[in-house]
Amino acid sequence: MSKHFLGDTTVLLGRSLRHIARSPDTIITTAVMPIAMMLMFVYVFGGAISTGTGSYVNYLLPGILLITVASGIAYTSYRLFMDMKGGIFERFQSMPTARSSVLWAHVLTSLVANLVSLAVVMLVALLMGFRSGAGVSAWLAVAGILILFTLALTWIAVIPGLSARTVEGASAFSYPLIFLPFLSSAFVPTATMPGPVRAFAENQPVTSIVNAIRALFTGQPVGADIWVALAWCAGILVVAYAFAMRTYRRKTP
Amino acid sequence: MTTQPAPAIQVCGLQKSYKELRVLRGVDLEVARGSIFALLGSNGAGKTTAVRILSTLLRADAGTVRVNGFDVATQAADVRESISLTGQFAAVDEILTGRENLVLVARLRHLKNPGEIADDLLERFSLTDAGGRRAATYSGGMRRRLDIAMSLIGDPPVIFLDEPTTGLDPQARIEVWQAVRELADRGTTVLLTTQYLDEAEQLADRIAILHEGRIVVNGTLAELRKLLPPATVEYVEKQPTLEDVFLALVGTKG
Repeated sequence: MSKHFLGDTTVLLGRSLRHIARSPDTIITTAVMPIAMMLMFVYVFGGAISTGTGSYVNYLLPGILLITVASGIAYTSYRLFMDMKGGIFERFQSMPTARSSVLWAHVLTSLVANLVSLAVVMLVALLMGFRSGAGVSAWLAVAGILILFTLALTWIAVIPGLSARTVEGASAFSYPLIFLPFLSSAFVPTATMPGPVRAFAENQPVTSIVNAIRALFTGQPVGADIWVALAWCAGILVVAYAFAMRTYRRKTP
Repeated sequence: MTTQPAPAIQVCGLQKSYKELRVLRGVDLEVARGSIFALLGSNGAGKTTAVRILSTLLRADAGTVRVNGFDVATQAADVRESISLTGQFAAVDEILTGRENLVLVARLRHLKNPGEIADDLLERFSLTDAGGRRAATYSGGMRRRLDIAMSLIGDPPVIFLDEPTTGLDPQARIEVWQAVRELADRGTTVLLTTQYLDEAEQLADRIAILHEGRIVVNGTLAELRKLLPPATVEYVEKQPTLEDVFLALVGTKG
């Protein structure tokens, strides 16, 4: 059954990458909102925010990177939804093609597209004065966390992509994900928040991921945050993958 | 072996319900190899449901279906090797060019020389000039032709065409009919669904009428005609149909 899995996934990945190459606006749109937020927070609000550290852009960037991924994965739902609606999905399913290749191709495409968007955002941050003393291994760790985070969120995105009835419904799920960093340590230290909000902020996944990336960028010891962050990402990934596959099997006998 | 070759499609007691709605209530039919079989029925008669089950996209509630000798429930992978489905809406990738669409399908069918296959089919379906353009720029007829060309890749012995001409203009319809006839001439078995009586009349070796979840008649056109009261002879002035007029004014092919 999975004899052709790798080959078919590669062919279908090439197809979706071509889609992105022909409408690069999806990558630009993904990167524009986080960049606008970064400009606004650094140059408008930033002066009033006391983070207890030096440069605010250094403090802000990890959260902005997560927002970039959260807005980028909406396109995975969109592309999957369009395939389902257009009938090409059924064509693939009625061909002797490895069954789950269609999904994996979309997931890997999401990874590539998000990494490009992340690079664009990172470049703007550098222009805005972001500096990091992180060594190669710290950068690799940051890349690893972001890849895991992207995969976890992408598998969440697969679920509405497969089951939505309208194109709006397919991408609306990403709004709460974009909002989540605001209730975390991404923009301001959680210590300034009132009790219940603070309790939520300190125990939701974004805070530990942001803290881990921030520590890696600044060369501080990452402590327990990185393990909590990895556990959240892996946990979300496994649960989302299981639900996505279940939804997929229901769609295709 | 002098026995008759096994039929390309065998359906026996096929049932399918969506919750309370009994769409198929025991469908039986056989399609001989190399023939064109038309499944005729009004909208909502269950034609698409039947095609989706035959092409392994949907599970039946009851009954057996064999396509090219393989059971759709237990040998789905073998069935998929033997068939091609052209759904109700042209399933082409609009962002890719016509040629890229063909190459994509050839690769997914694990064939050698996908580029060569694509170029041959572009020529056969008069799409060579349009091959480098995105499918989104194609007219309805061109898109349908590309869709059918994609279905022919790998020469599957059985092809399902679900309402292949719905929404096409008369010229495009004739082009599609021509393509279907050529297919059958090459020995491919074609099962097509349609709601147009003239389409079944034009193309099909056998016609079955699906009504309220069952096949109510199944036979050749001549057999079906015999079911009606004998023809009466009337003298009527033969007016050109609007289609004749349309084709005479704009058409290039008859």
